[in-house]
Amino acid sequence: MFGTVLVANRGEIARRVFRACKQLGLKTVAVYSQADRGALHVRDADTAVEIGGAAARESYLNAERILDAARQTRADAIHPGYGFLSESARFAEAVQRAGITFIGPRPDAIRRMGDKIEARRLMSSAGVSVLPGSSGAVADVAGAEAIAREVGYPVILKAAAGGGGIGMARVDKAPDLAAAFAAANRRAQAAFGTGDLYVERYLERPRHVEVQVFGDEAGAVVHMHERECSIQRRHQKLVEESPAPGLPAATKAGLTAAAVAGARAIGYTNAGTMEFLVDERGGFYFLEMNARLQVEHPVTEEVTGLDLVLAQLHVAAGEPLPWPQSAIVQRRAAIECRVYAEDPAKGFLPSPGTIQTLELPSGEGIRIESGIEAGSTVSVHYDPLLFKLIAHGATRAEAIERLAGALDHCVIEGVRTTIPFLRRVVASAEFRQGRVHTQMLEQGAFNA
Amino acid sequence: MPEEIKAHITGVVFQIAAKPGDRVAAGDAVIVLESMKMEIPVEAPRAGAVKEIKVQEGQTVQEGDVVAVLE
Repeated sequence: MFGTVLVANRGEIARRVFRACKQLGLKTVAVYSQADRGALHVRDADTAVEIGGAAARESYLNAERILDAARQTRADAIHPGYGFLSESARFAEAVQRAGITFIGPRPDAIRRMGDKIEARRLMSSAGVSVLPGSSGAVADVAGAEAIAREVGYPVILKAAAGGGGIGMARVDKAPDLAAAFAAANRRAQAAFGTGDLYVERYLERPRHVEVQVFGDEAGAVVHMHERECSIQRRHQKLVEESPAPGLPAATKAGLTAAAVAGARAIGYTNAGTMEFLVDERGGFYFLEMNARLQVEHPVTEEVTGLDLVLAQLHVAAGEPLPWPQSAIVQRRAAIECRVYAEDPAKGFLPSPGTIQTLELPSGEGIRIESGIEAGSTVSVHYDPLLFKLIAHGATRAEAIERLAGALDHCVIEGVRTTIPFLRRVVASAEFRQGRVHTQMLEQGAFNA
Repeated sequence: MPEEIKAHITGVVFQIAAKPGDRVAAGDAVIVLESMKMEIPVEAPRAGAVKEIKVQEGQTVQEGDVVAVLE
């Protein structure tokens, strides 16, 4: 096992990883930007190193500064968290070259899953179904038109280097394709440095269901069941839960088998997530793989009673997976809400500011993962996640009741948050009956 | 009548989308702000010519700050 772990991240996820490290008696190192000088994650760590300016590219995206901090503190492992450099194959390689362990998958797995076209091709050849669409990048509008005619409208344009919904555009009919292609190409170029696009058939009212997978260096791969994550805005999740309500048994069995087959096909190690769209008839299609720990991992932890971050540390240290497939059982139901500094009354516009008052719920079946306290500044420079509220219970109904009560007991002043929206979701008949799909928000569900 | 265009959120100026003298339609982006990993356009409230851009790329603006003026 390692002696000292540096977490190349901030906020709740840095604190979550530090907690696991402390359980194993490992020393912890935080890195922080000038904007995060007083942040909770800095105080949680044994040692903290300032790495640069408030803008992420000067600090949390600055691989050289982070490696310098690791050398200076003699860290022998780096956990990237999620976001920032977590899916940078170049960073993972640089960490290895420095003689430090990267707590995550191997760089080649990150690279292959980061190229969404390559990931689609690989999964298809591993026998995992993908949506009908282009087999590679489409060269131009004419190429996109030919594919769209073949698979039928509506189609969706996606960025090869994509993520977070950037460079994605739905196209309903042929005359709209040229303008959408140009816009998506421009946005992808600006965000990722490559404008490559591919085309897929657009599914109406699909569910987003993903499967947690875990692999070790000896080649063992297990799945840790599914998470339902359909309630999204701008292709970003707001509510996640497990088990996925009302998921047909055959679909669930197909999803988990496909996820394990896909992970095996690329020799995947450590924690990862295979994302799928599920159509109204229970058919499912590979969407992408997230080669990292996910924001919503606590849902799986509460359902299975297993600690994913501890397992990440053990597996990264070369130990075998701590559990066989047969020991990974969905014992409970869990639901996570992401509380963001965004104003749901104004289309989820960012709401940076200073937290004046913060009262968080507690009690049986309630777990909070927070990076903030009263007095914290919520900066324009970073993701707007304030904290995650996870409720769990013996049944989904019990988890929902606990979640509803906990949301009512959250008091946050100083910034606007997604809490009013989350309360409406949890009170809605659609959510309670498990009738959810990814387009609900665009269609005005849960409006005040 | 000149009209001030104000930022509706706090953010960092990501892009200046129009320059003085440009004609814009109502709803056109005049500048684009970046806040919390999102790009948010500040739009012209009406059609007109841009008289002045009051901010530079990379500058932090507060909600309510004047970012541009229409003729």
